Amino acid sequence: MMKMDFPIELSNTENVPGKTITEFHGIVSGSTVRAKHVGRDFMAGLKNIVGGELKGYTELLEESRHEAVSRMVAQAQSVGANAVVNVRFATSSVASGASELYVYGTAVTVQR
Amino acid sequence: MFDALSSIGFTLFLFIVGYVCGSLAEKKHFKSIRKRELQTRQMVVCNFVPEGQGAVDQSMLVTGSVVVSLDYFKRILAGLRLIFGGRVKAFETLLDRGRREAVLRMKAQARQHGYGSVINVRIETSTIASKGGKNGTAGVEVLVFGTAVRYLATSNQEPVVS
Repeated sequence: MMKMDFPIELSNTENVPGKTITEFHGIVSGSTVRAKHVGRDFMAGLKNIVGGELKGYTELLEESRHEAVSRMVAQAQSVGANAVVNVRFATSSVASGASELYVYGTAVTVQR
Repeated sequence: MFDALSSIGFTLFLFIVGYVCGSLAEKKHFKSIRKRELQTRQMVVCNFVPEGQGAVDQSMLVTGSVVVSLDYFKRILAGLRLIFGGRVKAFETLLDRGRREAVLRMKAQARQHGYGSVINVRIETSTIASKGGKNGTAGVEVLVFGTAVRYLATSNQEPVVS
């Protein structure tokens, strides 16, 4: 489970529920490219025989996605926003064994 | 000769281990999914933004993700299916499992922070390629995310979405 301890508000709806947008700051994004490491790959290889959840990969992707979100949040803060709305996640595999995690949204200033 | 025999033996061994452990684990997983789905049934989860549900007190982005893969036995069966075509049931149950688990994790996160409903839920699936690439995919990742909301106590309780 991804920790959501970010200093600004995030939402994947068009506004922050219960608040109104007073200012737009444009699109902000964060991304990270990660490769699996050998130990995890080995364990996942073993787990691939019996199937089911590959915990190592789940954790890896969660950590990486958290980092991508932190980068987006940092960017949003640097432009003076206090919330990011319409957040979307995207994943693409760059090479075999490496994938890019990308997150983007619109930085806004909200008020209650 | 011995080499060939031992490699066939090893493959057969993986085949059997995959079948036995894989189907046991899948049954157990589905049982736990059904149990947790019953437990969290009162939570409102919808993939749009409901209108007129009263004032929102607080909101938060919640996510749930899981990487699942096929066992050795099913992977070979699925490989055979690719020759003859038709329904690949092994992948159907795998994706079902992954999606339901990811939704449950998202619900668990929302609940942990004291939220009763999640709106605008999106489900995304992506494959993770294996290094050698000879067995196709190493796994399928399912990511579920949405905005958890809490309504003000003055509004008419939880939204009614049916």
